[in-house]
Amino acid sequence: MKYVVLIYSNPATWRALPPGEADRVVKVHNDLIDELTASGEFLSIYRLADATNARTVAARDGVPVVTDGPFGESKEVLASLWEIDVDSMDRAVEIAGALTPHATVEVRALMDAAGLEM
Amino acid sequence: MSGAAEVEGLLRELAPRVLGVLVRRYGQFDLCEDAVQEALLAAAVQWPADGVPERPWGWLVTVASRRMTDQVRGESARRRREEAVATASPADEWVAPGADADLPAAADDTLTLLFLCCHPALSPPSQVALTLRAVGGLTTAQVARAFLVPEATMAQRISRAKQTIKAAGARFAMPPPPERAERLRVVLQVLYLIFNEGYTASSGPDLQRADLTTEAIRLARELHRLLPGDGEVAGLLALLLLTDARRPARSRPDGSLVPLAEQDRSRWDAAAIAEGVALISSALARTPVGPYQLQAAIAAVHDEAARAADTDWPQILVLYELLGRLDPSPVVTLNHAVALAMVRGPRAGLDLLATLDGDARLAGHHRLDAVRAHLLELAGDPAAAREHYRAAARRTTSLPEQRYLEGRAARLG
Repeated sequence: MKYVVLIYSNPATWRALPPGEADRVVKVHNDLIDELTASGEFLSIYRLADATNARTVAARDGVPVVTDGPFGESKEVLASLWEIDVDSMDRAVEIAGALTPHATVEVRALMDAAGLEM
Repeated sequence: MSGAAEVEGLLRELAPRVLGVLVRRYGQFDLCEDAVQEALLAAAVQWPADGVPERPWGWLVTVASRRMTDQVRGESARRRREEAVATASPADEWVAPGADADLPAAADDTLTLLFLCCHPALSPPSQVALTLRAVGGLTTAQVARAFLVPEATMAQRISRAKQTIKAAGARFAMPPPPERAERLRVVLQVLYLIFNEGYTASSGPDLQRADLTTEAIRLARELHRLLPGDGEVAGLLALLLLTDARRPARSRPDGSLVPLAEQDRSRWDAAAIAEGVALISSALARTPVGPYQLQAAIAAVHDEAARAADTDWPQILVLYELLGRLDPSPVVTLNHAVALAMVRGPRAGLDLLATLDGDARLAGHHRLDAVRAHLLELAGDPAAAREHYRAAARRTTSLPEQRYLEGRAARLG
């Protein structure tokens, strides 16, 4: 089963971390990527640039209108996106659990183009 | 000159025999498997251009043996990869007398390899990947494409699987007799998994994966040839043939799914059905009954009905009752409920489905909602049916299933 793991974090929280803590969290992430690569569960990762660089595009009166910043009002913004291929949702949640320091993680199943006859 | 497709077929057939010889000669399954893979890649490049050598099996053994020697000498992996493509044809250098005389004995290697690749220490996805490469002769790139993952990921899975087998102390030998039945059960399950990966993907952008059904049938055929007296092996081969026979009718050109009852049966593969029916009839008459035989028998009853209305549901019901006793699972109960509904009415089917509520193995699974919706529709309760079709549509992670389920819900207003 393929899933994306969406890691949301608050840049202000991240900036206020005590010395060394950010490095520790980055190491946790990198070690996990190594582990998932070795087990054949890792597919890809996207690390998102700061939301300062985001544009949100939405239609207004049928015309696309561009605003600066990410979608939504939340202080927590999408920071990175991992694509994994694992046996079960339980395994995906276990992986997500390791990413929760200073972040909230959403696990979403990906749709498959294949299906069974019903 | 030979076509690339023809060469590929030949390579897949020869792969396990070459690997068997190498492992017997050098031990070290993991290194031999890499060496054979490189020889196969070299042949896939050279043979379509230069022609198939007179003794293709000997050619592959020679090239793979050279790889092994190189590896043992500790040459760098980079140089091995470069040379794999540039290897000169060694056909003329293959002079060992009576080399191809090993072939009949080598047939048993295929069976030993199947048992090794389906080692119980491996997870099912690893068993599938390793079986396709080491026994099926597929390249890592082909296996990766079939499972829609990057080649590096698949390479890692295969390499990890080989390490796991090594760590488990597995040897290139037939499992001892007391373990054989259980180990064969795992082999059959792996072939069935390979088939299903392809079968669910038989249309649209996934045609590459559909190749897996052909490969699973080929391997099941080979296994049946090696173990002709085993009823479950015959049952699995029959089940795959009888299921695959419906492939031309089970989806529309746009990839949408056609349920069994609405399929154009004139498009079913009559030859595959005839072969499957003959296999299962003979197995049921000769050997103790098992789950694959029962599933094949059910598929045969469906396939033998000229119209959906002609389906012998009482017979199918009896077969599901047997299957439920022999190999109970929530999925069997789901199908049993459908058969019961067709024979004794939808309410009887719904009552049986109710026994699955609270079954953790099916909790939140879309198929429970989908079957319940179908039976509620038959029972004349369109509002409840619509609600369950919608719940199933939300839960499935398959696009064509979702489209089908939403269509059923919409039809009910």
